[in-house]
Amino acid sequence: MAVKRSRGASIAIGSLGWIIALWIFFPLFWMFLTGFKSEVDAIATPPHLFFRPTLVSYAEVFERANYWHFALNTVLISVGATFVAILLSIPAAYAMAFLPGKRTKGTLLWMLSTRMLPPVGVLVPIYLIARDTHLLDTVVGLAIVDMLTNLPITVWMLYTFFREVPLPILEAGRMDGANRWQEITVVLLPLAVPGIASTALLSMILCWNEAFWSLNLTSSQAAPLTAFIASFSSPEGLFFGKLSAASTLAVAPILIFGWFSQKQLVRGLTFGAVK
Amino acid sequence: MFAFSSFCRKTVLSVLIAGTALGSGLSAAQADSTLTIATVNNGDMIIMRQLSKEFEKTHPTIHLNWVTLEENILRQRVTTDVATGAGQFDIMTIGNYEVPIWAKQKWLAEIAPTAAYDVNDILPAVRSGLTYQDKLYALPFYAESVMTYYRKDLFEKAGLKMPESPTYDQIRQFADKITDKSNQVYGICLRGKPGWGENMAFVTSMVNSFGGQWFGNGWKPMLDSAAWKAAINWYVSALKADGPPGATSNGFNENLALFASGHCGIWIDSTVAGGLLFDPKQSQVADKVGFAASPKGAYGKGPTWLWSWNLAIPASSKHTEDAQTFVTWATSKEYVQLVAREKGWVAVPAGTRQSTYDNPDYQKAAPFAAFVKNAIANSDPNGQTAEPRPYTGAQFVSIPQFQAIGTQVGQTIAAALSGQMTVDQALSASQASTTRTMRQASYLR
Repeated sequence: MAVKRSRGASIAIGSLGWIIALWIFFPLFWMFLTGFKSEVDAIATPPHLFFRPTLVSYAEVFERANYWHFALNTVLISVGATFVAILLSIPAAYAMAFLPGKRTKGTLLWMLSTRMLPPVGVLVPIYLIARDTHLLDTVVGLAIVDMLTNLPITVWMLYTFFREVPLPILEAGRMDGANRWQEITVVLLPLAVPGIASTALLSMILCWNEAFWSLNLTSSQAAPLTAFIASFSSPEGLFFGKLSAASTLAVAPILIFGWFSQKQLVRGLTFGAVK
Repeated sequence: MFAFSSFCRKTVLSVLIAGTALGSGLSAAQADSTLTIATVNNGDMIIMRQLSKEFEKTHPTIHLNWVTLEENILRQRVTTDVATGAGQFDIMTIGNYEVPIWAKQKWLAEIAPTAAYDVNDILPAVRSGLTYQDKLYALPFYAESVMTYYRKDLFEKAGLKMPESPTYDQIRQFADKITDKSNQVYGICLRGKPGWGENMAFVTSMVNSFGGQWFGNGWKPMLDSAAWKAAINWYVSALKADGPPGATSNGFNENLALFASGHCGIWIDSTVAGGLLFDPKQSQVADKVGFAASPKGAYGKGPTWLWSWNLAIPASSKHTEDAQTFVTWATSKEYVQLVAREKGWVAVPAGTRQSTYDNPDYQKAAPFAAFVKNAIANSDPNGQTAEPRPYTGAQFVSIPQFQAIGTQVGQTIAAALSGQMTVDQALSASQASTTRTMRQASYLR
């Protein structure tokens, strides 16, 4: 049923939406702007909105670090971790959604509870495992950790999406002679594509932004963009211009990616929300 | 639909193969003589990294791999690495706080430079901080102490004259006179951001000069002493009356930004700020900066401040010999000459070598050089406080627990500064928390 709103209420809600959007966008805008300031302009108080733009910070960032090396690592880690996470989550979510047992709910909650653990609590054991398996400072090592970190979320999301798929459709597939593999790949997955896509997108974003494990498990060979940003912060000296330039470079690809896939993301996240 | 299933299988297979190939390629072992160096993003380190190409030219079998990190991340990262013996790094940039503690744990390789290195040229105070049981475990890249910076133009306008060696009482009087909050000019800027290496570096140095100390005989915490109360009262009252708003958020960089943009009248902090404040590219007040010694409190003596960034070789490194070749190159007199040639004398690493301070070109390029050298020489990290003390260290206590203790006390002092508690409450809470930690660590029974 359509809800009728007065003109005033529509304007108020629209304005509120704009204010919240600008509020969220402002730090990114300011970071983008600061990247084009000189270091002295970057620290000026009161801050300068109008200034002579310069590419000095970008030039220094490119001179001091191999951006493409860090960016490639980030892409490999994010795509690899997301791909394997989705691959493992699909059968797990299928089993929990369509073949629930006595402990399914408990297992789901337990999986989610691992996200509540502060990562530093398991730093030493994971570091030792990575050391002994020669996975320190490797793309594979960090991708495995990122994948495991995101697995509870991807399983949960896919579980929610799968639950929205009507059981009779799967049963019809079975009646037509589909085995379990065909039931999942031919019947279920095409129906859940928006949900899988939004889960994958969210996992990609989480992997892209992950900093704790990146900084602790990599050093030079497998360091992703989060380590690239961290290298421009300095305890002694002015660095806001360079840090902003490095941060803009680091977030730009995922922002552009998010911009292009926002329709899919929103569609997936609201999948089944309105019946 | 079946085409979709076949597509899925092919994609899974090809991505797995590609992933395995990429992973194994990226994790493949590199040449034996590749040194991985962990360092901080400070100006001197950036220059070292740029000039290291010269090293690679003269040492073609040694390749360098740099890992630059923010100071706190670096500390956490290299501590994990060295404590687990993972051997990810061949050279680490660590402070003089870590060197003796890590050497005691046998985490560092001993460094034995050749005669040509001229180890006796290193300033004694700095060298002593890197020595454990008469052996050197790191070589200093640059060192810093504490001094007072002030705005000559504001002093002139107010008819004031900064003595070469002021007292805290004088500093307070000057700050009161030059504060002009309506024009955003604050008489005094000091570190307020909580942290053992942030506000507590300044506070410890000031407390020593007021006649206070962290621990007395038998490791008894002394944070509730009259000297601590006098020092913290001075600190809180000066910053409240003449400091910038939000002082609890200001660390070294924030105060540097404030001073460089003309908002501070007086700033007491690390000597490393001298080169930054005198650089017109980074400072709007480059031609107006004056300097004086670190102020004196009621006691007037005591250790002040000594920090050095050093290059050390973890015991887990597989290339200790090559690492030592690089470490001695980067901290040598020849390296200082190289920086002077390539970047100018003002850019040479300060605070480590007598020969640098003897050089007339350096004296000319860095008018604050003599102050820095005197500040380091008088920093006296092993010296005595008003009462006998069981520890060494100037602006820190050289025990592993100090990072936790210092940060905790730093937070309560920041709470006093922001008005959440009184100075007495903050110090009594600090005394209680420090006693608890020292008891847990078995220093106290």
